Amino acid sequence: MMDFRHINITIALVLILCGIGLAGTIRFPPPEFESGYELPDTTTPSPRQGIYEYIDTIVLLLALGLSSYLVLKKRSRKAIFALTVFSLIYFGFYREGCVCSIGAIQNIVLSFFDPGYAVPFVVLLFFLLPLVFTLFFGRTFCAAVCPLGAIQDVVLLRPVSVPGWIENGLRLLAYIYLGAAVLFAATGSAFIICRYDPFVSFFRLSGNINVLILGACFLIVGMFIGRPYCRFICPYGVILRQLSRISKWRVTITPDECIKCRLCEDSCPFGAIKKPVEQWPAKEHRRSKKRLALLMVLLPVLTFLGGWAGYGLRTTTAKMHATVRLAERVRLEETGKVEGTTDASDAFRALGTETAGLYDDASNIRARFGLGGWIFGGFVGLVIGMKLIGVSLWRKRTDYEADRASCLACGRCFEYCPREHLRRKGNSIVQNTSGMESGKTELNSGGGR
Amino acid sequence: MAEKSKPLPDRRKFLAEAFRYAALGTLGVIGGAAFAKRYRMVQEGKCVESGLCKECSLFEKCYKPQVWQIDPYKCIACGNCATYCVLEESAVKCVQVYPVCGYCKICFGFFEPEPYDINEGAENQLCPTGAIKRTYIEDPYYEYTIDESLCIGCGKCVKGCNTFGNGSFFLQVRHDRCLNCNECAIAAACPSGAFVRVPADRPYLLKEVDHA
Repeated sequence: MMDFRHINITIALVLILCGIGLAGTIRFPPPEFESGYELPDTTTPSPRQGIYEYIDTIVLLLALGLSSYLVLKKRSRKAIFALTVFSLIYFGFYREGCVCSIGAIQNIVLSFFDPGYAVPFVVLLFFLLPLVFTLFFGRTFCAAVCPLGAIQDVVLLRPVSVPGWIENGLRLLAYIYLGAAVLFAATGSAFIICRYDPFVSFFRLSGNINVLILGACFLIVGMFIGRPYCRFICPYGVILRQLSRISKWRVTITPDECIKCRLCEDSCPFGAIKKPVEQWPAKEHRRSKKRLALLMVLLPVLTFLGGWAGYGLRTTTAKMHATVRLAERVRLEETGKVEGTTDASDAFRALGTETAGLYDDASNIRARFGLGGWIFGGFVGLVIGMKLIGVSLWRKRTDYEADRASCLACGRCFEYCPREHLRRKGNSIVQNTSGMESGKTELNSGGGR
Repeated sequence: MAEKSKPLPDRRKFLAEAFRYAALGTLGVIGGAAFAKRYRMVQEGKCVESGLCKECSLFEKCYKPQVWQIDPYKCIACGNCATYCVLEESAVKCVQVYPVCGYCKICFGFFEPEPYDINEGAENQLCPTGAIKRTYIEDPYYEYTIDESLCIGCGKCVKGCNTFGNGSFFLQVRHDRCLNCNECAIAAACPSGAFVRVPADRPYLLKEVDHA
């Protein structure tokens, strides 16, 4: 009975204290023990040591350097593949995919828009280093350092070629994804690149079931279509593409000169090899000129329409922000349009703040989404317009070339080039016989594809 | 650029070079600005979202990465931590701060609201996994310890302790388990915005005795 009276006293106490009740208020003073009992310590297991983050950065730097050397100087697909596997194991399975350069975009953007957030030094380096390397050596980060690229590279079994118009069309997704990621990061709503990263669940061997299914789909598709995420989705790839266009050094299929043997023609699983093209026939040339002029005029129109659509969608996009969702819910509850409360609205009411302040916050955020929508939509429109112009241009090309933007520097095409085999023979006369024979068989099988 | 003895550079090459330097400059500006902001914030003692490390003046410490924590005074113990973590078994566990605990004989974090009896029988316990250990110390005091290997971070005991007791139980991200995702899946699902980033060298936000 004594105990139950205790409960009653407690409840009475609670009722008294609830008026001034703050979480963490000491209702029952901690006892003074007579039996010599000592308070145990609260356990606080340490996080991963900061020094390891710097080791990650150094590994990234070394991997980038090695990848660039292997792609541009050594020209060895086998070595590149070995580095790819290493990156998959280290940055993927050991580091469990976080922090990665792709996701770092959002941290950088958030740090420019949120006065309360500054990007950690390591994340900044993860963002900048691959960009700088790409500016000098092409996309060697994609080749063998990025764990997301690596996991897709190792599952690629039977590549099929994707028609150019599908390739070009799907690639727009990456630009839209980048724009959306920047919009949601800048407004402090969400890090969508991390949320929908399809492969990180594999690296961690656990995760949200929907994302796991998404990742499995990407890997199954990736067995036949080379690196679908890198080519069509990756927002970091969008930046790398542009920087790779102006890189100081570049991936070349042949080590010296192109003899137009066509052996490399189908060797690229990513559709990044450009064939030589002749001058345009005069008739088509005239028609294309007109089309180009039309597209140039269309460019600002598309940009404006995109921006307008982005602005129009602001109420929908703003729902990504937790405060806006909360404000909408609270408004519905206040006006009696929905029954019951949610955890979020309960938590908000427990704070005892005015709803007007919340509504103001929400409308401010919506206004930011309005401006962001103009920029995001305008960007998408501009990209679509530029893409249309890009595919309408005709550039004379005499040799087989790796497309500077699309080439992922994986080095598969090297093996197909007969000039490359000559170069290797010249370089290593010692291991001549075996090298030559394997070279020949590869050549034959390569030609047959 | 072109000297008299050399031929003029290819127009396209020249443009590419100009763009390359421009891009390098842009990256430099982005990096410099991000770094400068961090430097400034650290100088002002605002290097974390929570603003809880004002006394920290060693800026090299703050360049350490950040880790996730729950602000225990914002947490409402809704139970999302148990289900939204990307880990099979959540990285969030219940933590007991012994100096705050009242060592109550009848602990509302331990017992069901209407227990059949006041003993350690499983039918009387609130915790769905029996992760709280109740040990007799001296009359009328009992010690409550969390067995973290059993705790699933559902927060039922936290709610009980906060409502009727001292609130010495609270949910916290345990760094031996947390993967430190760039976007914490629980933070995205947290209804009270209790998740914050803190510097990795001061990795815990614990409840304190003198907090009013």
